[in-house]
Amino acid sequence: MRQYEVTFIVDPVLSGDEIKSTAKTYSDMLEKEGAKIVNVDEMGLKQLAYSINKRSSGIYFCIEFSIVEGSVIPGLELALRRDERIMRFLTVRLDKYGVKYNDDKRNGLIGKVVKAKEKEEKKEYKKGRANKPAAKAAPAPAPAPVATPAPPKSEEE
Amino acid sequence: MASRDDIKFLSNPNIGSRAKKYCRFKKFGIKHIDYKDPDFLMQFINAQGKVLPRRITGNSLKYQKRVAIAIKRARHLAFLPYVTDLLK
Repeated sequence: MRQYEVTFIVDPVLSGDEIKSTAKTYSDMLEKEGAKIVNVDEMGLKQLAYSINKRSSGIYFCIEFSIVEGSVIPGLELALRRDERIMRFLTVRLDKYGVKYNDDKRNGLIGKVVKAKEKEEKKEYKKGRANKPAAKAAPAPAPAPVATPAPPKSEEE
Repeated sequence: MASRDDIKFLSNPNIGSRAKKYCRFKKFGIKHIDYKDPDFLMQFINAQGKVLPRRITGNSLKYQKRVAIAIKRARHLAFLPYVTDLLK
């Protein structure tokens, strides 16, 4: 079961539901071909870095699917090429790290993708080293909360 | 004879040395570079949108190639411009 990811940009001048139906046609087509859709991710309206046939913004879609035999892909790309609502598309095969990355991203492991990915690894890296001194620090804060509630009562009387 | 710490040096002895560059992908264990998020890729291109060389980014060869591929894919999908000025 190989995992693929097709990202495409839909023309923004279309109406909302037509945009949804465009994405739907491709996920249905894949399902008909026997693919298992892992996730349809609508990244929404984004400004393009450069204008593509007189448009400066587009709606990004990313469909992740896994299929057994790869002969489905040329058919999918042919359809994408023919469809004039699609401004641009890119099909990519995902290796196991790519699959793991997308799953992590979905269940929020990678919060802010840029720094969190590095911070997340750094935390684990530090946690491994820090758990020895942490044992001493834990008892210290315990007495502090007891002290604070006492003074406010005395002020009220 | 004056011992080493009595001597007052005119300038800081390690002023010339530069921090050791490292490959951030190997150090933090990042395995996959996503071509869909331009903010992360922005760190590897210069103000004109060109891919920065390895001696600047400090990446290892393996991950520099993957970064370059991801940047080209991002350009194809208009996440990143092919050429621009004052990008940052």
